[in-house]
Amino acid sequence: MSVFKHHAKIETNVFFLAVGILLTVIVGGLVEVVPLFTIESTIEKVDGVRPYSPLEQAGRDIYVREGCYNCHSQMIRPFKDEVERYGHYSLAAESKYDHPFQWSSKRTGPDLARVGGKYTNDWHTRHLINPRDVVPESIMPGYPHLMRPLDTSKIAGNMTALSVVGVPYTAEQIKNAVANLKEQASPDATADSAVVQAYPKAKFGDFDGNPQVVSEMDALVAYLQVLGTMVDFTTVDHTKIQR
Amino acid sequence: MSTNTDATAYNEDVVKKFVLAAIFWGVVGFLAGDFIAWQLAFPALNLDLEWTTFGRLRPVHTSAVIFAFGGNILFCTSLYVVQRTCRASLFGGSGFGNFVFWNFQALIVVAALTYVLGFSQGQEYAEPEWWVDLWLTVIWVCYLMIFAGTIMKRKEPHIYVANWFYFAMILTVAMLHLGNNLAVPAGFFGGDWMKSYNIFGGVQNAMTQWWYGHNAVGFFLTAGFLGIMYYFVPKRAERPVYSYRLSIVHFWALIFLYIWAGPHHLHYTALPDWAQTLGATFSVMLWMPSWGGMINGLMTLSGAWDKLRTDPVMRFLVSSVAFYGMSTFEGPMMSVKAVNSLSHYTDWTIGHVHSGALGWVAFVSFGALYYLVPKLWGRKEVYSLKLVGLHFWVATIGIVLYITAMWISGIMQGLMWRAYDNLGFLQYSFIETVEAMHPYYVIRATGGLLFVLGALIMVYNFIKTIKGDVAEEAMQPSTAGAR
Repeated sequence: MSVFKHHAKIETNVFFLAVGILLTVIVGGLVEVVPLFTIESTIEKVDGVRPYSPLEQAGRDIYVREGCYNCHSQMIRPFKDEVERYGHYSLAAESKYDHPFQWSSKRTGPDLARVGGKYTNDWHTRHLINPRDVVPESIMPGYPHLMRPLDTSKIAGNMTALSVVGVPYTAEQIKNAVANLKEQASPDATADSAVVQAYPKAKFGDFDGNPQVVSEMDALVAYLQVLGTMVDFTTVDHTKIQR
Repeated sequence: MSTNTDATAYNEDVVKKFVLAAIFWGVVGFLAGDFIAWQLAFPALNLDLEWTTFGRLRPVHTSAVIFAFGGNILFCTSLYVVQRTCRASLFGGSGFGNFVFWNFQALIVVAALTYVLGFSQGQEYAEPEWWVDLWLTVIWVCYLMIFAGTIMKRKEPHIYVANWFYFAMILTVAMLHLGNNLAVPAGFFGGDWMKSYNIFGGVQNAMTQWWYGHNAVGFFLTAGFLGIMYYFVPKRAERPVYSYRLSIVHFWALIFLYIWAGPHHLHYTALPDWAQTLGATFSVMLWMPSWGGMINGLMTLSGAWDKLRTDPVMRFLVSSVAFYGMSTFEGPMMSVKAVNSLSHYTDWTIGHVHSGALGWVAFVSFGALYYLVPKLWGRKEVYSLKLVGLHFWVATIGIVLYITAMWISGIMQGLMWRAYDNLGFLQYSFIETVEAMHPYYVIRATGGLLFVLGALIMVYNFIKTIKGDVAEEAMQPSTAGAR
């Protein structure tokens, strides 16, 4: 067949071979990735999704650092059993400010997309220090080291970097980052505190039972407690999020 | 294919180094995997230390086996094959080769240290932070220059098929690595220098990650290792490749279709349906070139099937191709959305990956190593073929334990999650499903231990081979003249 005869040109010239390979392998990615930026319905239009507060974002960075995604998903699929077990199926909008995304591919432990508000701060802290204290059959590692103080010196810079990749932090939010962070973890915070004004629905208070120190535990629990709580599904127009 | 009877002086020193590194990192990576497998059975093994938790060690395992073991195997075989099939010495000589070698080994050590110390991009198989990514980019471009440069120096008019696969692997991995690691280092904005944020977030990041992640499998662990198949299977069988035309169809169809398959990692997620459907469709189509390649590899043995009985090295190579066929059937099946709704998030995926990684990637690597070590160190044959046979069976039993345990636990897990009782309530709490996994995690870790044991038998065999020893069994008249 002549096609095979012509192949000789490609297999005798390294340049033709390279061009052929690159043209062949580039197509699939372009077709699958580019429309995700151009088709408007990719990310649902729902209210409530906001950038993470400085404390929550610091907690998210710890979540990434510890590799929680190796065992926990953050993506509820639209099945009856999953919705009953975990809550409303996840929307693309709910992770639009997640850099990187943490949907994960394995559930050695349960899904965490809507873990916010399901357990108390005290439960989370005890569970993270030694999971078997509260769930005897658990196979999760203990994270006692999270009780150490949180390094807050880089959070404003990290938020600036996040704004560069598209998270809409305002200049004021970045300026107040450390103050907001400390306020959110303070036992004296109230619903009128500046941090709750800047980040609606933020959970506040002393998360880890140690009001003297803002610890990594405070940050991680604050992050876990906001997961899946930003969208109020009782007010969502369901025709807009149907799949 | 040329043999070393011609006058070209090959750069074998650097190839030898990559061979030794591959063996070393293989053992390290298998051990790391088995350790974290035991952690899942007995959580006390996490030691309550931040550096030894499953979450930080799993990337050490995946990077060690894929990039350190797999990477060094690809380096050693490709640089060996490209010289022989082009009848040319390495472009840039051993100096350039050594530069790539030492930088790559140092990068592996540094990457593993960063994971353990808690620096991670948080994307599977792409955990290294931005500055490690940049370093790898430099190494990879040098590798590309050596490989393509050697092809350009060739004395053979045609570029041999194994080199197409290696070349596609090198170019595509470069594209994937750059595309998936587009991240902004926070240090430039007053943030943490050891931290970066991917420019893509949410659903778009999910798509680019699995475009990368699936093709790390498709190109790093498949196309590159098919290059190994196309050289070492015919060499060891002393038969030509079954079909030249099938090679051409296999090559272009495989590299075209693989790229599209990524979204099957995101079935029923918030990724739009059209992308999921595309991913599933192309995954099923991918079955065809995959089996075309398998047939091309297996049929190369036409007229030489008796070698399966007499040559344990051939047994490794042929079994690897059989495992390749098995996992490239299982993969398309699992990418069908109905099947995936059960298998996703469960151990079934882990079992599938390991039937490919242990059965295909590691076995074809062992076959190539058993061929290469005696050749490179100037021995007639490996120290003991009997030990090669022992390695084969110990490792095979290990794989069988591993993948059957994961099939059972994965399917059971998926069924338990969706089970309802008579009153219409979910039958099992999540923790009950975790408890039910325990016996299978023990069986899996035992299978892994056998696989490690097999690798240690290989290490012993190679130490003896390199020292120049010949086992009793080999002292037969036909091989008595071994050097």
